[in-house]
This record gives sequence, C-alpha cells and structure tokens, in this order.
Amino acid sequence: MTLAEILASLFPEGHAVTVADGLISGEGPFERGRLRVIGVDGDTPLGVEGALDLAGHVLDAVRAGDQAPILVAVDSDSQRMSRRDELLGLNECLAHLAKALLLADRRGHPTVGLLYGHSAAGAFIATALATRVLAALPGADPSVMDLPSVARVTKLPLDKLQEMAKSTPVFAPGLDNMLATGAVHAVLDPHKPLAPQIRDLIAALPERDERDRLGQERGGRPVAQAVAESVAQAVAGRVRGG
Amino acid sequence: MESLTFRHTTTKPLAGSKLQAITGVVASGNLEILLERVLPPDAVEIAIATPIAGYGQVWEAVVADFVARAQPGGVRISINDGGARPDTVALRLLQGARLMEA
Amino acid sequence: MAGPDRDRLSWYEASARQRLDALLDPGSFTEALGPEERRMSPHLPLFDLPRAFDDGIVVGTGQLNGKPVYIAAQEGRFMGGAFGEVHGGKLVGLLRAAVEGKPAAVLILLDTGGVRLQEANAGETAIAETMRAIAEVRAAGVPVVGLIGGRAGCFGGGGLIAGTCSRLAVSEGGRISVSGPEVIETNKGAEEFDSKDRALVWRTMGGKHRRLIGGADAFCDDTVSSFRTAALTLIADAPAFDLATLDAEQARLRKRIERFGECRDGTEVWAKLGVNDPDAVPAMDTRVFDETVARVEEAVHDAR
Repeated sequence: MTLAEILASLFPEGHAVTVADGLISGEGPFERGRLRVIGVDGDTPLGVEGALDLAGHVLDAVRAGDQAPILVAVDSDSQRMSRRDELLGLNECLAHLAKALLLADRRGHPTVGLLYGHSAAGAFIATALATRVLAALPGADPSVMDLPSVARVTKLPLDKLQEMAKSTPVFAPGLDNMLATGAVHAVLDPHKPLAPQIRDLIAALPERDERDRLGQERGGRPVAQAVAESVAQAVAGRVRGG
Repeated sequence: MESLTFRHTTTKPLAGSKLQAITGVVASGNLEILLERVLPPDAVEIAIATPIAGYGQVWEAVVADFVARAQPGGVRISINDGGARPDTVALRLLQGARLMEA
Repeated sequence: MAGPDRDRLSWYEASARQRLDALLDPGSFTEALGPEERRMSPHLPLFDLPRAFDDGIVVGTGQLNGKPVYIAAQEGRFMGGAFGEVHGGKLVGLLRAAVEGKPAAVLILLDTGGVRLQEANAGETAIAETMRAIAEVRAAGVPVVGLIGGRAGCFGGGGLIAGTCSRLAVSEGGRISVSGPEVIETNKGAEEFDSKDRALVWRTMGGKHRRLIGGADAFCDDTVSSFRTAALTLIADAPAFDLATLDAEQARLRKRIERFGECRDGTEVWAKLGVNDPDAVPAMDTRVFDETVARVEEAVHDAR
C-alpha cells in the first residue's frame, strides 16, 4: 500500500496528514477522537533535522494531553549517513525522538507503529521500534543491514550468508524474520479497512514489553526472555533502595 | 569449532580456597579461562572450545605441561579459545591457577 | 587489587571485569548470570565463531561509595562489544529489575560497536528493549548513567542507548556515533569521511567534541578514579524523564543545529562555541580542557 492508500483506509472521512521532505505529520478523526500520525515516507534517510521535526510533533501531542493515540508510519532508509549528522549529534537526536515516543506512551497516548515500506538500523530503532506495538503491512522490508554489506563486514561470501539465512531468522533482513524475533507484533490485512485493525491493536495493548516473549514463542529469539527473567530474578530482593 | 577434553590426576589439590576464577578475553590471539573448584582433589579436567581445528596434540602438550607444573587438583578448567598461541595459553593457565590460589 | 592501583587503572586498557571491579567498592559486586552459568550465544556456532561464557557483558549489583547500584559492563574486545541475543537479554533484565529494586543508580559501562551482525535482528530488538527499559527506570526515579571510554567506543544502536541515559561521562577514547567512520566512508565515499584520518574521527565523534557540544555531561581522565568521581556527581544531578526535560532537550538540539549546522568540522564548531584556541583542543590535558568546557554554555544542561 502507498501512504496515500494507507491514510485513505485509516481515515475514510478525510484527514489532515501531509508529507514534506519525506516527513509525515498530521492527524485525522479516529474513533471518538483523533489519531495523530508521524513518520517517514519514500525510503528517506532520517537525519538530525528530521528526527527533531518528528519529535516536536510528539511533544506537542503530550502537551495537548488528550491521550489520543499516535501512529508512527514508516517507510524509511537507515539513519542519514554523513559527517555533518554525526558532528551535530545524530545519536542524541534519534534518541530524543525515541524518548518522546516513550514519554507519550507513558502519558496515555498509545503509540502504534505501522511499517509499510523499508526501514533500517538507527532510523528503525528511533521510530518503529520505539512504539508500544508495531504492526506491518505485507511487503514491508525492515533490516539491520543489507546482506551484501554484512558479507563485506564479516568477510563471509554472500551466497554462504544467503544459505545460512535459510536455517535461522536471527540475522537476515525481512519482515518474516522481524516477526519471528518478536520486533514486529502483527501483520495487518491490506484488503480490509485499516482503521478497525488499528483500533483493535490499541484495544489490546500489551501491558509491558512482550517482544522477548513473542521471540521465544515464535522461535526467532529462543533464549532472550529466559535470560532477562533469570537476571531479574537473581537481582531482585538483593538491593533495596528508593 | 573443535572441542577437546583432557583429564589428568594430580598428586595434590590446588592450593587456596577460591571456588571460581575467570581470566582472559575471547578475542583474536587471546582466550578466556574459567576455573571451578568442583572436582575430587586429585582430578583435573580441561575442556577446550576452539575455532581452529587440527591442533589437538599441541593443546594436549600445553595442558599436560601446565598440569605437571601447577598440580591443579580438584579444578575443572573450561576454555573458550579465540585463536591464541601456545605460549599465551600457557600463560593464561598459570594466571588462572594463581587467581585460584589467592 | 587495592588502593592507588585500582584508581590509576586505565579505563581504555582494562577489561570489563577489571573496570567494574575497580569502580565499585571493594568486594561489593555480586554477579548475576555469571560465566559459570554458561549462558552463551546460541547463534555464534553457526558462524564457527568462538563464544564467551558471559556473552561479552557482565551484569550484577554492588555499591558505589556505599550506595547500592546495578551495573552492566560490556567487554569491547569480544565481538566488538556488540549486542547479541544473550548480551542484550542480560542488560534488559537488569534494567527491568531496577524499576522494582530502585537502586541509587544503574551504571552502564558502554563499550560497543552496536548490533552484532551475526545476530542482527536479536541485537537490534534488544537495543530497542533496552531503550524502553531505560525510560521506565528513569520514570521510576532511578538515574541511568552511561560511562564511555573503551576500545570499541559507543557506536550504532549503542549511541542511541547513550542518548537515552540520564547522564553520560566520556573520556578521550570514548567515541560516540551512530554511523561509524568506515560505514560513512563505504556508503558516501572518502570525501565525505576519510575513516583512516584518526584526528578527523576524534574531532567529529570523540569524547572532547561530545563534551563541548553537550553530548556528554562529564569528561574523564582515562582512569577508573576519574570515572568514579564523575559517576557520583552525575548520579546526584540526573534530570527527570518528563515533558519539561524533553522540551528543554528539543530546544537545545534545535539551537545546536541552528548555530552549527553550516560547520564542516569540529574545530569550526568549537570556535563558534567560543573556544579560544580550537586547534589546541585535541592535545589539551584534562585540567586545561575542563577549564575550557567551563566557559562553554552548551556543555552544561539538564536536558537529556
């Protein structure tokens, strides 16, 4: 689905969501209130300005205090790779966007990610992966790093990596692998209206971060949840402060 | 990956009362060694995981030499090798024994 | 190891265990899921890569000047300190426990190249889980302090984790960045970034640059004692995780881009910050550098 199709399906009565320089912002009527939308369109890399633009919209929502949900729609490249972005503190700007989303979530604005295109690395972490629940549409293509680059860095032949990717979902790009890992909660049906599907996700928001549990159930991360649990139990009760 | 295990008997237990020690890092040319005082006082076991196959006899010799020198009875030694040279392995083993004797 | 030797230990040269042991009050550290548990990576054998008993991160509890702290220390020399499934799970578990346990602080000794490519999807998700957990810990009133000064620096997703912490202490060797020098060069060419130009790397992403523009809150000598002093100071002065803090951060980052968005190099930025002799910054010793920082407005803030 294109962004226009997604927005039409989310907001059958119309909306005020616009795109400028690959950055999505705006809102539309949803349920008995509104749904705010931010995100990245057009496989655009996310740099310092873009991260701050999007964060500003999220902080405005928190300030409004209306507890309206926020949809984070993503078709992005990776973080913008440049000397300038790093010089200006891209790590702080991307973290700031993630923190804004995490704060909004804590303040009663359910955050729902909708991955409809590409996303990678730092951009993926700061947007889609910072939401409470992350949905995707078929054909979405999340990655950490493309396989040819992985081949170059690890000094393994590309065809060997492709072969290995058949036996494990833990390292190769792709929606199926991110589902198996627990990073993506659900894949929506593009042939049905999107608004009710998003509404249902919001109605069933996980109380806590259950991505590691999903990863264990689906086999993409067989041990992460147990490891986190073991550490938490080992530490619990040892130290009482506060 | 290749796994190797060597067992020896010693004339005495390793001195000291430390129950566990770890030393080294799994990095190129390096290795990590975990020592656990969990065996009968005259028994030693050394278990090695290494990405470089075919050096079984070298490992055997280095281990035998260390056991003869340190007499680390009662200790199970587990090694994750990152491709270390024999002299580095020997050094780490002695470092490990010294930590256990503290 | 006792007394002056612990304090003088080089942070850069030390292992994760040595840093942690020398940083905390002697004998106060209790490890969780230690090496004897052998919770190793289930994925590295597929790549014929050696594993570490602790998967390259040491976590547990201890005391810092008598205060109870939770602590995690990454081993930058094992797989570049990168996040794999078990590695990430240990950090996430420690942070989640801090919400209930409410220690005086959580200390994260970051030394990481980012995501471990062999376990990329697990590592990336763990980084996102870590950031969410840090927000929860901060919201519970517990400061999360990052200490950065190791061989691997703090790259990729590690840079985002750093930006989520309440406070950051950094030494000369502590580089912080999202895309590393080689990644920028491979993707955009040597003109954009010559990754072999070490001085350029340090001017763009090194500890001194980060301290000067307000990307880190304390600059440390390459010693454990310096990091301990910084950690104690920062724990006592951590900003809340709330709208006021994030609004203030929005303003300072916006202002930073307005003021320095046209700058081509760290030296230009420092000149605009009002540093008298920007070319001298890389060679400045800590005392002179701290005096320089004291005169830079952008360096001190409560907006993280």
